[in-house]
Amino acid sequence: MAYNLKQELNKPERFAAGHRLCAGCGAGITCRAMMRAMDPEDKAVICNATSCLEVSSFQYPYTAWEDSYIHSAFENTSAVASGVAAAYAVRKRKGLQEGNFKVLAIGGDGGTYDIGFQSLSGALERGHDFTYFCYDNNAYMNTGTQRSSATPRFASATTTPAGIESVGKKQNQKDLTRIVVAHEVPYAAQTTLLGNFKDFHEKAHRAIYTEGPTFVNVLCPCPRGWQYPAELLPVITKMAVDTCVWPLYEVIEGEYHLTYKPRKKLPVEEFMKLQGRFKHCFKPGNEWTIEEAQKYVDKKWEELLARCVNT
Amino acid sequence: MSIRDRLSGNEAIATAMRQINPDVFAMFPITPSTEIPQYFAQYVADGKVDTEFITVESEHSSLSACVGAEAAGCRAITATSSAGLSYMNEVLYCAASARLPIVLAVACRALTGPININHDYSDSMAERDSGFIQIYAENNQEAYDNYLQAHRIGETPDVRLPVMICEDGFITSHALENIELEEDEAVKAFVGEYHPENYLLKTENPLAVGPYGTSPYYMEARVAQAEAMKNAKRAILDVAADFEKTFGRKYGFFEAYRMEDAEVAMVVMGSSAGTARAAVDELRAEGRKVGMIKLRVFRPFPGEELADALSHCKAVAVMDKSEGFSACGGPVFAETASACINLGSRPKMIDIVYGLGGRDFTVLNARDVFARLEMIVRTGQTGPVYSHMGQRDSRKKDSRKNEVF
Repeated sequence: MAYNLKQELNKPERFAAGHRLCAGCGAGITCRAMMRAMDPEDKAVICNATSCLEVSSFQYPYTAWEDSYIHSAFENTSAVASGVAAAYAVRKRKGLQEGNFKVLAIGGDGGTYDIGFQSLSGALERGHDFTYFCYDNNAYMNTGTQRSSATPRFASATTTPAGIESVGKKQNQKDLTRIVVAHEVPYAAQTTLLGNFKDFHEKAHRAIYTEGPTFVNVLCPCPRGWQYPAELLPVITKMAVDTCVWPLYEVIEGEYHLTYKPRKKLPVEEFMKLQGRFKHCFKPGNEWTIEEAQKYVDKKWEELLARCVNT
Repeated sequence: MSIRDRLSGNEAIATAMRQINPDVFAMFPITPSTEIPQYFAQYVADGKVDTEFITVESEHSSLSACVGAEAAGCRAITATSSAGLSYMNEVLYCAASARLPIVLAVACRALTGPININHDYSDSMAERDSGFIQIYAENNQEAYDNYLQAHRIGETPDVRLPVMICEDGFITSHALENIELEEDEAVKAFVGEYHPENYLLKTENPLAVGPYGTSPYYMEARVAQAEAMKNAKRAILDVAADFEKTFGRKYGFFEAYRMEDAEVAMVVMGSSAGTARAAVDELRAEGRKVGMIKLRVFRPFPGEELADALSHCKAVAVMDKSEGFSACGGPVFAETASACINLGSRPKMIDIVYGLGGRDFTVLNARDVFARLEMIVRTGQTGPVYSHMGQRDSRKKDSRKNEVF
């Protein structure tokens, strides 16, 4: 059946309203979309890293999650998910398990690219049947926008602030999706919160219903950290993909497929100028930062196109 | 019928694990506990268990996987030592506060530095406040018996706490000793099956584990956990009573050896108790009134019972096999002394830190401790409350000849 957003939105919500995430935050939108990608008759166990999402969605005695949920620490989500997946496997084998469950893990970029990277890599290598969703908002937002390895170069973060001697973060974003692909997982994808959510939905569904460890990296704007008015979220995600700062693609059994090619690739400043974290790049004398950012995006885009089978 | 065998402590624990046949075992190797998962891997390979055996990439992940599996409704276990236990530190608290009765076997080993692979209790004592129940073994038989009791204690409904089963690294973990094993079926019947009330994979009622607890709720959760640890005292005795009825071997919070009329006593843990017992026997043969308490359960700490057992003594030495760097004594001393604080008349007490990093503890050492206690009784002078035993004195010319007493 063809994807239809209206129909999708008629499904019962599995991430309830009333959570404490900020207006204009991508994390809640990601969770709703992630749960819509579950077949309605199936159940989920959500394993969540310590994050904005965790403290905002499960503050005792309230939870926004309609499915089973577990949080224990910042860096161990994939290991916890491994345990849940192992429990499910052994309970099935012993004939104790009723119903069809899916194990979903979700963490921010700090809990995925950085502190949770070891446990993620271990779980991917072992081949547990689970899907990891990274909501990548490009910094440690829960603690107040400190730089992570997902923060793009030139972004001003509270530990890489712009100043007289600084133009923000010095390093480019770690290419985590490629590192995940190097684990030879059956499915990995990049998506974001875009338009009618068809791209997100199809990738999330495919990830959840592919056996083995699968990974979905979601670019997930943060109004506090990126410094934009809440209502601009869909514009920013659109600019992220149209400038090719965040290309949309999926890797199926090692084969790269581009899932979106902008009709006209826009200059990177169209993405940057919407956000206060890049404000300093537009000051006289800092033009080179935008040129450098453009060069990097172009290089990564060309490399990606060369890897994709459908360009 | 018991089966007579000769096993190391590690193999005894692995045997108990095989007999219990847990649902999930998440392992990461570290000396001297590594043999436990190695034996178990062979049981998996030979189809002797139907456990999901996960070979994770760190101890942090082994315990985290246990957290996931136990919360999902399974019996989950792991084993570790030393730095591995330290690496688990954060997750120990997560497991205990989420009230997940995971069983963790610890072959106790020194912490770095200098790096050392031999026995002391630096690792387990550093985790005494993690919320785990801690039970210590003198020998392989006790390691096996304690392990058979662990799941039932932890899974008791008003307890629901994780359990550390501690054996002495190398001394117990690797030394072969005679042992009485129980039949597989008898063990299974004793341990029973695990049917938690709520778990993540329950179809009809989803469960949420590990909330953000703000100030209005956090303290209630911690107090509930503290109550659970108090309840563990009763559960430990109940399970021990049933164990004695079933298998004939008796256990409690501690063993009081020749304590009835003892004027001086040593409080000791683990394999050192065997040495201390030999010294007690020698000295008793010489007509001296000495006794020993072997502490089996350190968490929950049996303060009242221990104080009662020591109340009639005139002088007590608490033996600490870990250095807490408090500059006034090790953890076993601190707890024992505070347990005795409200006794009407209490013994004079000293702390002796000994055996660090596998430093030998001999019958002669134990006799020296008793001699020092008798001196305290004779002179009425306690002397230094906190001291170390068995180390060289670098100030002396021939340091190998050094004796502390």
